[in-house]
Amino acid sequence: MIWATAFPLALRALWRNKTRAMLTALGVIIGVGSVIAMVAVGAGAQARIAQQLESMGSHSLMVRAGTITRGGVRTGAGTTTSLTVADAEAIAELPGVIAVSPTVRASVQARYGGSNWGTVVDGATPGFLEVRAWPLAEGDPFTERHVAAAAHVCVLGQTVARELFGLVSPVGEVIIIRGLACRVLGVLAAKGANAWGVDQDDSILAPLSMVQRKLLGITHIQAIEIQTSGAQAAARLEAEVKRLLRERHRLQPDQEDDFRIHNRAELAETSAESARVFTWLLGSIASVSLLVGGIGIMNIMLVSVTERTREIGIRMALGARRRDILWQFLLEALFLSAAGGLLGILLGVGSALALGHFSQFQVAIAPWSILLAFSFAGLVGVFFGLHPARKASRLRPIEALRYE
Amino acid sequence: MPPLIALEQVHKRYLMDGVAVHALRGIDLAVERGELLAIMGPSGSGKSTLMHILGCLDLPDSGRYRLDGVDVTHMDPDALAHTRNRTIGFVFQSFNLLARTSALENVETPLIYAGVGRDERRERARAMLERMGLGDRMGHLPSQLSGGQQQRVALARALVTRPPLLLADEPTGNLDSRTSAEILALLDELNHAEGVTVVLITHEEEVAQRARRRLTLRDGRLDRPEGPP
Ligand SMILES: Nc1ncnc2c1ncn2[C@@H]1O[C@H](COP(=O)(O)OP(=O)(O)O)[C@@H](O)[C@H]1O
Ligand SMILES: [Mg+2]
Repeated sequence: MIWATAFPLALRALWRNKTRAMLTALGVIIGVGSVIAMVAVGAGAQARIAQQLESMGSHSLMVRAGTITRGGVRTGAGTTTSLTVADAEAIAELPGVIAVSPTVRASVQARYGGSNWGTVVDGATPGFLEVRAWPLAEGDPFTERHVAAAAHVCVLGQTVARELFGLVSPVGEVIIIRGLACRVLGVLAAKGANAWGVDQDDSILAPLSMVQRKLLGITHIQAIEIQTSGAQAAARLEAEVKRLLRERHRLQPDQEDDFRIHNRAELAETSAESARVFTWLLGSIASVSLLVGGIGIMNIMLVSVTERTREIGIRMALGARRRDILWQFLLEALFLSAAGGLLGILLGVGSALALGHFSQFQVAIAPWSILLAFSFAGLVGVFFGLHPARKASRLRPIEALRYE
Repeated sequence: MPPLIALEQVHKRYLMDGVAVHALRGIDLAVERGELLAIMGPSGSGKSTLMHILGCLDLPDSGRYRLDGVDVTHMDPDALAHTRNRTIGFVFQSFNLLARTSALENVETPLIYAGVGRDERRERARAMLERMGLGDRMGHLPSQLSGGQQQRVALARALVTRPPLLLADEPTGNLDSRTSAEILALLDELNHAEGVTVVLITHEEEVAQRARRRLTLRDGRLDRPEGPP
């Protein structure tokens, strides 16, 4: 019943002072809007990082051939020849390992008809696509049988396919890699740049054995990618892989590792964490403006209570109870913040979309940020409206009535 | 039946800049239902103070006030609000209409606080304004009305809840003599025709003449009653 009476009264009071109401709500509009827009930017960054990590194969360990010290001379990274397919197979037996992918890489010039393109060939096993979670856009991947036979087949990255074939489908065609004729079995789906800006689509995938023997003339491998069940498993496996490889490579305790292990799961975790922190930081900075908007509401409501002291006195003389007055003013504050919140949602979503459209930022509008910003606006309304409303309701009738 | 108003030894002091003003110094007063009582007295004699206490807008410092047999001096703010709403209608010298609020909405306001539904509220407010001769001014704002019209809106607002008691504190103080006469005639008619108890504060001797009972307040005390008891 109180609501039924206070509701229209509050609305009417705001309506009588449209300009002031609008200006008061502006603080909340901007506050809510900026929370939503800022969180959208943060969440966009978060999503982008997640995509990149995903495309690199998160939850994974990477073993690379290391340096060797021979007579005091240390060669560069990836120069040891001790890493083998057998190492990869041994690692695959460790508990917690989901898939392994031994790889080698060769820089090549690829030709098709009159076009040619400098790129890399990754020699790998079929497990590679699984570890990278990398689907094909068309055609088929190569199989274990291709690997066993060191077959002259390959799968093209999008960039290579575009550079050599343009808009024509390369599937079934034969390209020349370092003078070697290779049949194109399929084309990989586009992956874009990785976290370091390297175009992952600018590569050719071919059977490990073929690249080892025909292109590089080696029997060792350069890297092993290990997919694990999670960040925890990765951390545990890092130590186990290290022990296993030292043992297999018969390294003495005083010898340093002839390989390096990179824990991408850790990297993924850290990047994701910093993106989250970034989002919250942006959100909290924006929340401050929402708070300032709330203080604006309180300010105006206090002025309004003073200005309308006489009105309050008249209402009390006519039979308004304290709670009638309280609700009238509280609802005014709530309306202001709710209307401000709704308009702020429009503003926030609008500017986030505009930002995503016209700038480099990737944005992701988070539903939780809309909910959070709106409820926060409501809370701000109650919190900052309550004091003026209580003040109004506590006036003594006769004093309010005599107020000049 | 107890009298509608019964005051016993009511005192009221104000503290102004450390100086106590003894506005009411022991008022004893009984007003029966259906009376029209005129209270006169020089400016500053405590008339308005008395009226505010009678109207439950303020409480006495000491003494007892029973309204319709109920002691109001111990009521909480909500109960006092309820009493003002149901039992008392006010008319002030300065009209005290809600600004930027139409005549109709002004008259509806006490009904809002009485919990009367929207349609009935509107109907009763309309009827009351028509009775006051303002049928064609319902949508007007106070600023668009003459003094006499404003006071008639105030009167409609005071009466729309059908209170048994009407308190009027110099209701014609801001009006010319012709409109004053109209307002007073209305009060007279309400008292006669509907039995509304009216307590009227006035400066004008001729106004007071029309009342059946007259009292004079001097320096916070009531003089001996004049006229019929
Ligand atoms: N709120 C107040 N604070 C201090 N003094 C007051 C207040 N209201 C009235 N008074 C004093 O009390 C006395 C009676 O005032 P009032 O009842 O308004 O007289 P009247 O209505 O007869 O002119 C006056 O001396 C006035 O100055
Ligand atoms: Mg007075």
